[in-house]
Amino acid sequence: MPLDQSFVGREYPPTWVYEISREKIKEFADAIGDSNPIYLDPEAARAAGHEDVIAPPTFATIVNTKKIYEVVSDPDLGFDSGRMIHGDQRFAFTRPLRVGDRLAVTMHIDKVDTRMGNDMLSLRAEIHSVTGEHLLTCAALLISLGGSA
Amino acid sequence: MTAADVGDELPPLSVRLTREDLIRYAGASLDFNKIHWNERIATGVGLPGVVAHGMLTMALACRLVTDWAGDPGAVVDYSVRFTRPVVVPDDDEGALVELTGKIAEKRDDGTVRIDITAKFEGKTVFTKATALVKLN
Repeated sequence: MPLDQSFVGREYPPTWVYEISREKIKEFADAIGDSNPIYLDPEAARAAGHEDVIAPPTFATIVNTKKIYEVVSDPDLGFDSGRMIHGDQRFAFTRPLRVGDRLAVTMHIDKVDTRMGNDMLSLRAEIHSVTGEHLLTCAALLISLGGSA
Repeated sequence: MTAADVGDELPPLSVRLTREDLIRYAGASLDFNKIHWNERIATGVGLPGVVAHGMLTMALACRLVTDWAGDPGAVVDYSVRFTRPVVVPDDDEGALVELTGKIAEKRDDGTVRIDITAKFEGKTVFTKATALVKLN
């Protein structure tokens, strides 16, 4: 079933705040096998010009994915998230995420499409700190695999 | 940061991913999509088997860049288009992802564009993967 075009332009405002902890940065860095001291050691981070430890560039996937699931689980949209794969992903930074940042995510549906039986959804998350500072934009193309599988 | 010229190659990086790595990444990223840990579900949607999170391979490819740059905060833009999933078998060997990158462009704004190639079983995993890195 083709996706409902009327969803284009829809905005999902922040409904929760995610606070970045030292432990989660370490856990994420471990999971991607990255021992860069700027994620772990405040002194190393300050030596590189940061206030405190920063998060790996793809760390924002945590809040981006959480918000994506909020959108794709909307039954009116008709997107089967059980068959969902990632088509593309972009992170565009205003500044690096760092420990203590409290993130608020606003998701936008930029495009919906159905091609060769696959549903395609272009989403854009604007991530701000709760103080209103823009931190980064995450843009994703999500594909729900159709076909006879 | 070392001197950077167009055409320079970054030190390559090879990473082996096992099912355990996928479980660990699922927990760390809070992405519990079943295609990354359940063979039955993965093959049921037409995949060859359990596949690595695209975001995990994207993170590994970013490491190639941040290992070279030193400061991960120097990455101002990073984008990947996924082509082929990395299929991770249920064994001790896992899947080998081989990453290479080169400086493709020096921009007037003080950034360099790095084009990244990721290969699994000799085939490319990304159609396109680029990072913009701010040089000091």
